[in-house]
Amino acid sequence: MIINLVLIFIAAAITQNFVLTYFLGICPFIGVSRKLDQAIGMGVATTFVMTLAACVTWLIYHFILVRFGLPFLQYASFIIVIASLVQVVEMFIRKTSPALYRALGIYLPLITTNCAILGLTLFMVLKEYTFLEGIIFGLGAGCGFTLALLIMAGIREELECCDIPKPLQGAGITLIIAGLLALSFMGFGGLIGK
Amino acid sequence: MNNVCNQTCTGCGKEFSKGLWRQNPIFVQVLGMCPTLAVTTKALFGFSMGMATAFVLICSSLAVSVIRKLVPQQVRIATFTVIIATFVTCADYFLQANFYTISKELGPYVPLIVVNCIILGRQEAFASKNGVFRSLLDAIGMSVGFTAVLILLGSIRELLGFGTIFNFKILGAGFEHWVIMALPAGAFITLGFLIGLFNWMNKKSKSN
Repeated sequence: MIINLVLIFIAAAITQNFVLTYFLGICPFIGVSRKLDQAIGMGVATTFVMTLAACVTWLIYHFILVRFGLPFLQYASFIIVIASLVQVVEMFIRKTSPALYRALGIYLPLITTNCAILGLTLFMVLKEYTFLEGIIFGLGAGCGFTLALLIMAGIREELECCDIPKPLQGAGITLIIAGLLALSFMGFGGLIGK
Repeated sequence: MNNVCNQTCTGCGKEFSKGLWRQNPIFVQVLGMCPTLAVTTKALFGFSMGMATAFVLICSSLAVSVIRKLVPQQVRIATFTVIIATFVTCADYFLQANFYTISKELGPYVPLIVVNCIILGRQEAFASKNGVFRSLLDAIGMSVGFTAVLILLGSIRELLGFGTIFNFKILGAGFEHWVIMALPAGAFITLGFLIGLFNWMNKKSKSN
């Protein structure tokens, strides 16, 4: 049981990293990876929302959509849940911890359109995880996203001193580096069996 | 009268053509990366994803521009999202019913069209501010631009990774397949270089 949970966590965070193998959350990965501190803020906020979203959408899918035979409402209801969740989290943090709000505030609205969150909930349903597995999956995916974002931000801070060909500056070089990162993450592939 | 008509027509042509090159959703706006990278292992999958996205984009642009005056400002994003999710559900069920193998291959990336920033971006930036006809042209232009890049990327990756394009054999048996092209890393690197090439061509045409 515990081994299973650990395996799910490692798979979501490293061997099947959301950004580098499923291409989920590429927009913030390219957009918010210029500075290390921004990347940390975005990563923490995303991990937080991912874990919560996995929790809430699991309950909704199994206790409402399946029970009443409404799985065709899955996409619409999931995206509404995620959007309102982000809103609630934003209001909650603003009330309870203004310091945390100042740190995460600008990243929270962006998370709604982060495909990693919706992708997470869809994969969770597809893989038929139990409630606990779903939460661990969400946490692992969030950590993996943060990890990828941090590595990228670290590399890009160094890149500022490099002489990159003009046409490749910006998105081009970021994608090529992401490709090399994906290659190196493939090295973890043998860590757990499929 | 003639002049006015001419003006609106050239304006309309621009609404259509800007999505092809000048404001290409992938190369210039760098939006919708997730489906672009994920499904382009083969040209056919890129084409199917492009068509599905085009359907959703065109239908939601029409719907949003029709109801744009009825939607209160505060809830517009939520409204757009629900409209998009509805059309995505239609597209997903249509693919499952008629093209099961393709639908299986595209997997969760069809429902993920809901959060494709190109679609929400066009609703917010264009369809919610313009009339039905212009929104339609804008949506078609963006869709064509998006699909063209998907097919291009898919063709390159399929050619180098499998030696085929649209499942037709191009490179003979002597060609050693580049396995990396079928893997995520190949997608990132190919798109990175394509964007570089695009910028270079743009710069060159400007300096001319």
